[in-house]
Amino acid sequence: MKFLLKQLEEGRKPFMPGGKLERLHPLYEANDTFLFTPSEVTHGAPHVRDAIDIKRTMIMVVLALIPAVLFGIWNAGYQFNMVNQTGDTGMIANLIQGAMIVMPIILVSYLVGGLWEVAFAIVRKHPINEGFLVTGLLFPLTLPPTVPLWQVAVGISFGVVIGKEVFGGTGFNVLNPALTARAFLFFAYPINLSGDQVWTKVDSAMNSIQGFTGATPLAIAAQVPAGGDVLAALHQADYAGFDWMRMFFGTIGGSIGETSALACLIGAVILILSGVGSWRIMAGSVLGLFAAATLLNLLPGEHFKAFTQLPFHYHMVMGSFAFGTVFMATDPVSSAASTAGKWIYGFLIGVLIVIIRVANPAYPEGVMLAILFMNVMAPLIDHIVVQSHIRQRKNYLRKFSYAKG
Amino acid sequence: MELINLAVKSIFIENIVLAYFLGMCSFLALSKKVETASGLGLAVVFVLGITCPLNWFVYTFLLKPTALAWTGIPALASMDLSFLTFICFIAIIASAVQLVEMVLDKYFPPLYNSLGIFLPLITVNCSILGGSLFMVERQYTLVESTVYGFSTGFGFFLAIVALSAIRKKIRYSHIPDGLKGLGMTFILTGLMAIGFLCFSGISL
Repeated sequence: MKFLLKQLEEGRKPFMPGGKLERLHPLYEANDTFLFTPSEVTHGAPHVRDAIDIKRTMIMVVLALIPAVLFGIWNAGYQFNMVNQTGDTGMIANLIQGAMIVMPIILVSYLVGGLWEVAFAIVRKHPINEGFLVTGLLFPLTLPPTVPLWQVAVGISFGVVIGKEVFGGTGFNVLNPALTARAFLFFAYPINLSGDQVWTKVDSAMNSIQGFTGATPLAIAAQVPAGGDVLAALHQADYAGFDWMRMFFGTIGGSIGETSALACLIGAVILILSGVGSWRIMAGSVLGLFAAATLLNLLPGEHFKAFTQLPFHYHMVMGSFAFGTVFMATDPVSSAASTAGKWIYGFLIGVLIVIIRVANPAYPEGVMLAILFMNVMAPLIDHIVVQSHIRQRKNYLRKFSYAKG
Repeated sequence: MELINLAVKSIFIENIVLAYFLGMCSFLALSKKVETASGLGLAVVFVLGITCPLNWFVYTFLLKPTALAWTGIPALASMDLSFLTFICFIAIIASAVQLVEMVLDKYFPPLYNSLGIFLPLITVNCSILGGSLFMVERQYTLVESTVYGFSTGFGFFLAIVALSAIRKKIRYSHIPDGLKGLGMTFILTGLMAIGFLCFSGISL
C-alpha cells in the first residue's frame, strides 16, 4: 500500500499544470482517486467528511451487478451447451463457455466507451468518472449473447457521446446512457435485438438442430389467442417449459443479465442496504406493475388477449423487469429526485411496462422503453412536486399569519 | 372507446411534435421556462380544439367536392372548391388566434406578456394547420375532429412542458459551447422522440 502511494506521488509531477503530460491529467487523477481517497479539501465551508463520494457510489453499483454478471456468464454457457447438445453442462464447462461468449462483449463495451470517456475528459478537462464503469457494464448486460461486437461498439459510442458526454458528463445527462445505447441499437438493428426470438449462440459446426429458434416467454404469452390459457402455454413451451421457478432462477435464454430475477434481487438488496439505489423507485414500480396487471386480470378473458390474464408475479420474473427496475430505473441522475416524485416515477414505470407488454404488438418487451419515457418525464414530475410543496408552504404560512393576526 | 383510442393515439403514439416534427419553431423557442411553455401549450390546445371543428364545418359544407349540394342549386352542387382549402384554413386559424390573444390580454395579462410575439406566431404554427389538414385527410367526423384537435393540442402541451422541465434541469450542465441553447435542444428533442417511441404500435 505504502509503495503504491509513493509511486503515485512520484508520478504526479508530469501530470500537474506545467508538466509534460499536463493534458493527460484526468487519466492520472482517475487512477489516483480510484485507489486512494483524494487529499484535496473543498475550498469553502461546509466541509462534509464522508467516504461515500460519487466513485464509491458507482463502485457499489458495480458490486451489486456482480451476481447478475456471474449468472449471465454461467447462463450463456448453459444455454449454449444445452442447445448445441455438447453433452457437457457442468458448472465449470458452462462458466468457461459463457465467459468466451460474454467477456468479449463486456470488453468491447468498456474499451470503446472508455476511449470516448477519456477523449472527452482530456479535451474538455473534466475528471474521468466511475459512472462509466456502471454504464459500460450495464449496457452489455442488456444485450443478447449473439450480438455482433461491432454493434456493441456503435451502441456504446452513441450512449456515451450523445446520451451523456454532450450534456457535460456524468451527473448532467437526462436519459440513462446505457438505456440510450440499448434503445439506439434496438431501433437501428431490430433484427439482432428485436426480442421475440430467444438468443442462444448456436455453433453451426457442432449443432445438430440447425438454427435454434425458440420464442421468449413474453413472445409466447403474447401469441396466446383470446380465451386461451396463458399459463399452460408457457409451461409447455421451450425444452423445459417456462414455469415460475425456472424464470425466477433464470435458466432460460435471453439478454445476458436480465434472465435471473434472483440475481437482480441480490443486487437490489445490496443497493438498498448501502443506500445507493432508491427503494422507493423499486417499490413504486413493483406496485405499479401489480396494479396494472391485476386490473388487466379483471378483464373478461374471452374477449381480450389471453396475455391480460397473466398474474402479476409472472410479469415480475419475465423479461427484464427485475433488471430494469433494480439497475436502470434507480439511476440517481436520470430518475426523479424528490421523494414523492420517486414514488410516482416508479409507479408509472410499472404501469407502462405492463401496458407496453400487453397492448403493444410491436414490442414484446417494454421495460427499456418505459424507463426511457419516464426518464423524459422525470424532470417534469420533480417540477410539479416542488411547485406543489411551495404552494403548500405558502398556504400554511398564510393560515399561520391569519391565526396570529 | 373509439374516441379514447383516437385521443391516446394523437397524444402519445402520433404526437404532433415528436412523431411528425410539426410545430418545431415554437417548440424549440418557447421551452426555456416551464411557465411560458405551459402557457403556449394551453394556447395551442385551445386553438387546435377550436379550429379543427371550425375547419371541419367549412370543409364539409363549403369546400369539398359536392359540398354545396345543401343549397339545392344545381350549378353550385357540382362545384369543387377544395383548392381553397389552405387559404380558408389559414384565415380561420388566424381569426381564432386573434380571439385567443384578446382573451389572454383581457384576463391573463402576465401570460400574455410572457408569450409575446409567439402568440400571433401560432397563426403560422405548422402544427395547427397540420392538425386541420390531417383531419381532412383522415376523413374524421365532427366529434372525431373535435377530440382529435384537443388531444393533438394536449400532445403538444405535454411534449413542450416536458422539454421545458428538462431544459430547466440541464441549465447548470457543463455543455460544450457549440451546443449550448438550440443545439442541445435539438438533441434533446431527438432523445425525447426515442422515449415516445415506446407507444408506437399500441392498439387498444
